[in-house]
Amino acid sequence: MRQTFSIASYLAVKEVWRNRGRFLLVSLVIALITLLVLFIAALGEGLGNGNREYLSKLDADLIIFQAKSDNVIAASRLGRDRLAAVRRVDGVADAAMIGTSSASLILPGDVEPLKVAMLGVEPGRSGEPSVLEGQQLSTDLASEAIIDRNTAIRSSLAVGDTLTVRTTQGTRDEFFDLRIVGISEGQQFQLQPSIFVPFFTWDRIRSKSEAEVNSLTSVGNVILVKLQDPAQLEQVSQRLVSQVSNIESATLTKAIQALPGYSAQQSTLNTQGGFTLFIGILVIGGFFQIQILQKVAQIGVLKAIGAANPVVAFSSIIQIIVITVIGVLIGSLLTFSFSLFFPPTVPIVFNGTTSLIAIIALLLIGPLGGLVSIRYAVRIEPLKALGLSS
Amino acid sequence: MTTYALETQSVIKTYQSESGTIQAVDDVSLQVAAGEFVALVGPSGSGKTTMLSILAALLQPTSGKVVLDGQDLAGMNDIDRVAMRREKIGFTFQANNLVPYLTAVENVELMLRLNNKLNKTGKLRARELLARLGLAERMHNLPGQMSGGQQQRVAIARALIHNPSLVLADEPTASLDTERAYQVVETFAGLIHEQKRAGIMVTHDLRMVEFVDRVLLIQDGKLVRIYTGHSEIMELIQGSRH
Repeated sequence: MRQTFSIASYLAVKEVWRNRGRFLLVSLVIALITLLVLFIAALGEGLGNGNREYLSKLDADLIIFQAKSDNVIAASRLGRDRLAAVRRVDGVADAAMIGTSSASLILPGDVEPLKVAMLGVEPGRSGEPSVLEGQQLSTDLASEAIIDRNTAIRSSLAVGDTLTVRTTQGTRDEFFDLRIVGISEGQQFQLQPSIFVPFFTWDRIRSKSEAEVNSLTSVGNVILVKLQDPAQLEQVSQRLVSQVSNIESATLTKAIQALPGYSAQQSTLNTQGGFTLFIGILVIGGFFQIQILQKVAQIGVLKAIGAANPVVAFSSIIQIIVITVIGVLIGSLLTFSFSLFFPPTVPIVFNGTTSLIAIIALLLIGPLGGLVSIRYAVRIEPLKALGLSS
Repeated sequence: MTTYALETQSVIKTYQSESGTIQAVDDVSLQVAAGEFVALVGPSGSGKTTMLSILAALLQPTSGKVVLDGQDLAGMNDIDRVAMRREKIGFTFQANNLVPYLTAVENVELMLRLNNKLNKTGKLRARELLARLGLAERMHNLPGQMSGGQQQRVAIARALIHNPSLVLADEPTASLDTERAYQVVETFAGLIHEQKRAGIMVTHDLRMVEFVDRVLLIQDGKLVRIYTGHSEIMELIQGSRH
């Protein structure tokens, strides 16, 4: 076996090296496929991350929605009375209300206002992100804000600065100043950079319809629930739904899947990635098949002089692996180089696991594509290949 | 009693075709001793290439025995026949002889590699053999950088380097001009005699049999005549010129 592998490697490497121009071209095709697949994966990760980042980083076990809101945060409206009722349910360790809305950050100079997700959170409870720099929010009514890293990068605002938020109150635009007390890690919500303000401040300054402007009732969107025992998730969830009227509960994963467009977007990108890999298999398979057809006589000679089938097969497999590895390496380096020049507004995230899965899939497409050609090479009859058959 | 390197007994090869059974080789028995160079001649379609393929362990006869170094090729499975081709047989073909991405010396060394015998001595012998064949300056050339005659000489070196019992050549001069053809066959014959191999050359060109010890004439699959001795062979050559 060792002897077979040694001869096969020798033949494979010699052939690749002596025809390096031709093989490099195929590697470049694989590199381009790699570039495409990695970018699609990074785009999928970036878009998915942009949608779910805040929810996926929440320190909560369940999310309570208004009944029949289909777990869509924007469609759910919950009053403070429900929060009190949820907190009373057996098994609930803590509960916090959050409210979501959009706002525009007014930036100095002629810069376009930055559209952000403005989230109302309860200081010290689930929903308030931990700061990397500065302090947490102080009270429910403070005119303070935590901005996420994306907002900080895109607005150049820092801890201690005052930010101005523009919202629509009925039919009028109004401006509110908030002091930045902290900066958190990336916490995008539905593809927008985020700012976090104390819940009652949020309720005061968020955009409202004319009917809401004069309302005295404080309404949030969802309630985040932390359990005393996360293993009791199913039981507490059922208890919540039965004891608190007009609500439904969901896990974080379920809530992420219900984000508008999230599932459709991810499945579209996954399908694109899958098709690109499939095209890669066809391209590589086609190349090696043509190559084998061109060297039928040469393989015939090798077999006639005593090279066994495993030598021929291993030689082809080694070539395919070498060409694929070189192509994937070049493609990965190209992708990395290009990614350095992308602005932060492009939702591309190179996640280690996703990129690794894409790279492993790319490394597998070579041997998969070459399977037919290897089978063909093994079945070449030296007698026919050398024109000796009658 | 003479011990032959190669001996066939009543070899028959038949093919089925739409028009019925074709007898490509019909009851051929022959013997070749070590150090003997034999030519297999005959008109086109006479069965000489089929016979060569059987001797080369590339084709199984329908019946009969092909005994090489005491082992019957006809009764062997595929794996054993591949091993026989690698260890006991040397080949040169009409064309596409060499592996195009290996240099002349690498092509010759390939036979040693396949037989797990590539050591310092083997490498030295490969170079010496190529030098003897007038290819000292071409050792590191790829086949595409050599003429047809030079390629045939590399193929001869490859066919002999692993000390096979039997050396087979299928129309080795087909793509060469007359002068180079004579040179190639003369060198081939010299090495076969010197290294005591059994050599068989299939050729349609009767002028090339000048350097062989015996000529076997095949017609319609049958061995019809054996020319032995220099005078008989020369008569055959003279006859072919008229």
